[in-house]
Amino acid sequence: MLHTLAVLVENNPGVLARVAGLFSRRGFNIDSLAVGRTDNSAISRMTIVVEGDDLILEQVTKQLHKLIDVIKISDITKDEYVDRELVLIKVNADAATRGEIMQIVDIFRAHIVDIGHKTLTIEATGDEGKINAIEQALRPFGIRELARTGKIAMLRGFKASSVNNNGKEDV
Amino acid sequence: MTGAQALIRCLEEEKIELVFGYPGGAILPVYDALYHSKIRHILVRHEQGAAHAADGYARVTGKVGVCMATSGPGATNLVTGIANAYMDSVPIVLITGQVPTTQVGTDSFQEVDITGITMPVTKHNYLVKDPRQLPKIVRQAFHIAATGRPGPVLIDLPRDVAQAEIDFTYPESVNLPGYRPTYRGHPSMIQQIARVIMEAERPVIYAGGGVIGADAAEELKMLAETISAPVTNTLMGLGSFPGSHPLFLGMLGLHGTRYANMAVTGCDCLIAVGARFDDRVIAKVAGFAPNAKVIHIDIDPAEIGKNVRAHLPVVGDVKQVLQSLLALLQKKENREWFSHVQALKAEFPLRYRQGDKLKPQYVIEKISEITRGDAIIVTDVGQHQMWAAHYYQFKRPRTFISSGGLGAMGYGLPAAVGAQLGAPDRKVILITGDGSIQMTMQELGTAAEQRLPLKIFVLNNRQLGMVRQLQEFYCDRRYMAVGFSFNPDFARLAGIYGMEGYTIENAERLAEILPAVLQSPEPVIVDCLVCGKENVMPMVLAGSTIEEAIG
Repeated sequence: MLHTLAVLVENNPGVLARVAGLFSRRGFNIDSLAVGRTDNSAISRMTIVVEGDDLILEQVTKQLHKLIDVIKISDITKDEYVDRELVLIKVNADAATRGEIMQIVDIFRAHIVDIGHKTLTIEATGDEGKINAIEQALRPFGIRELARTGKIAMLRGFKASSVNNNGKEDV
Repeated sequence: MTGAQALIRCLEEEKIELVFGYPGGAILPVYDALYHSKIRHILVRHEQGAAHAADGYARVTGKVGVCMATSGPGATNLVTGIANAYMDSVPIVLITGQVPTTQVGTDSFQEVDITGITMPVTKHNYLVKDPRQLPKIVRQAFHIAATGRPGPVLIDLPRDVAQAEIDFTYPESVNLPGYRPTYRGHPSMIQQIARVIMEAERPVIYAGGGVIGADAAEELKMLAETISAPVTNTLMGLGSFPGSHPLFLGMLGLHGTRYANMAVTGCDCLIAVGARFDDRVIAKVAGFAPNAKVIHIDIDPAEIGKNVRAHLPVVGDVKQVLQSLLALLQKKENREWFSHVQALKAEFPLRYRQGDKLKPQYVIEKISEITRGDAIIVTDVGQHQMWAAHYYQFKRPRTFISSGGLGAMGYGLPAAVGAQLGAPDRKVILITGDGSIQMTMQELGTAAEQRLPLKIFVLNNRQLGMVRQLQEFYCDRRYMAVGFSFNPDFARLAGIYGMEGYTIENAERLAEILPAVLQSPEPVIVDCLVCGKENVMPMVLAGSTIEEAIG
């Protein structure tokens, strides 16, 4: 089963290597990992999607906690959460196909962010399913290049997986 | 002051009296600063020796061991020592020189990414880029190494950072939001545990190195005596419970005593204290304490449920948890269980056959008899290590110093150097093998230079006995690359290093010289030419449960 972990880390050099190294040497599989800084520039947030049963997840979480730079880990899989991925797709587009592609872009509420001589570059955000679907829809035209961010996620409602200014954990 | 001077000031603030190390180009500024300090520097003969010596020092004293090396090869030579300290949770701080920050990443001379290399074998590590951060980093490093589940912490110090000028203030406190070990066990869980223990009729305590690390031997003894529970030790736990105590079962596991393994198999309540259910202890998981409610007390949450499911886990400092637990327990007897366990001890004792040739087990038995458990025993890795665990009767914590988790041959001699420097007034005895000692034999130079009165017993069977034993059982006696057709004359080697040397071939001669050797103020090497056919018994074969041991 896939689990989504929200991991808050100190924004120290090497922290990504520590987390990635931990996963590889303990034989855990990362499905996706996205990282960026939070509202506090000293703290980064990683969204890690990891595959495994409850026992593996327990070890992943505990081993992550042992890293000094890891401040907080929340397994948000079982809660209600919003998740998004961003994708940029450069697709072949000539005069004949351009209209059809633009229709697909509209259906997925995506955007065209660049037009080339024979290509269109499309930006789409959404959950994993939507991103997969737009990729499938555009594939027949010939995808020249594709870049995905990996998933970021956040709990719905009042609940948060963050730390306040004292470094103390919120609810 | 310079970064290097600040580093030495930090060590002084941490009350470090002694460091082990080996100088070189990139760490030159640090050694220059050390020149003006009262901190004693022990020059080893190889950096691996420095790491093991710091480790041995830390295990004997309970303080943080410190060692230094230069960049590149100096740093890589530390790696085995770091991994060893990591596996056995020993607090050491390692300082490595690094090429200047301007050259980092350019494959410059003696450059290696030591923080990258040691990431999996350190509790934490640092590459210092900003000289102003140095005091804070050193403060954190010592804090991390010594607290929670202890372990090695490495600080990589580029030469330009060591030479930069900074204003020195040593931080009074450490602020690490991601590092807050739990010391107090959960009260309601401790209550539940107390209830289960009081209800148990056949309890066994399985005590590991965490008891020694937490300085909880006293509490362990009180627990055992209060509830009349026999105590078995892991290799790392030896010394945490008196070997002569009627409740003592010796070591458990693959080379554990039959009675310890049987007691664990038969118990209805297994109290694991500061132990981590290592594969060398549990063998086949399904057959390990199959009828027991498993209680697991450990400071590291990641050890709970990692290898064996614990019914009642408590995360906390072993000493504090045991104290809280003891307050909830009443005296109880478990008479039937106690006499059953005593009967097992009588029926399946550790044993070996005396013969014409000198038996390695006998050597250790004799050393134990004469020193009455008062010595510090340091071992290397292999058959001799297991025999030391079996036949030396330990009295106190921090008297058995051995490479447990990593099983690093070559640990013994440098660890003995560190142990003797940490406990100058104690008798330090190294029990080693002819294979192990030749892995770090150069440290005889350090021992000689420091005039350490080490007593070194080489249980010399002219082979790699433990591997030979494995080949006997698992490779149908196809002995491959386990015999030494050449060994140096260890007694003459002693002479070369200014030590006394003896070669012993039989039990009579050993008994004759042993009292004088152990009393001697001089360093001594005793080359014990022991029977080469002995196996470490009992032995649990692969795929068996601990109860199905042979021998």
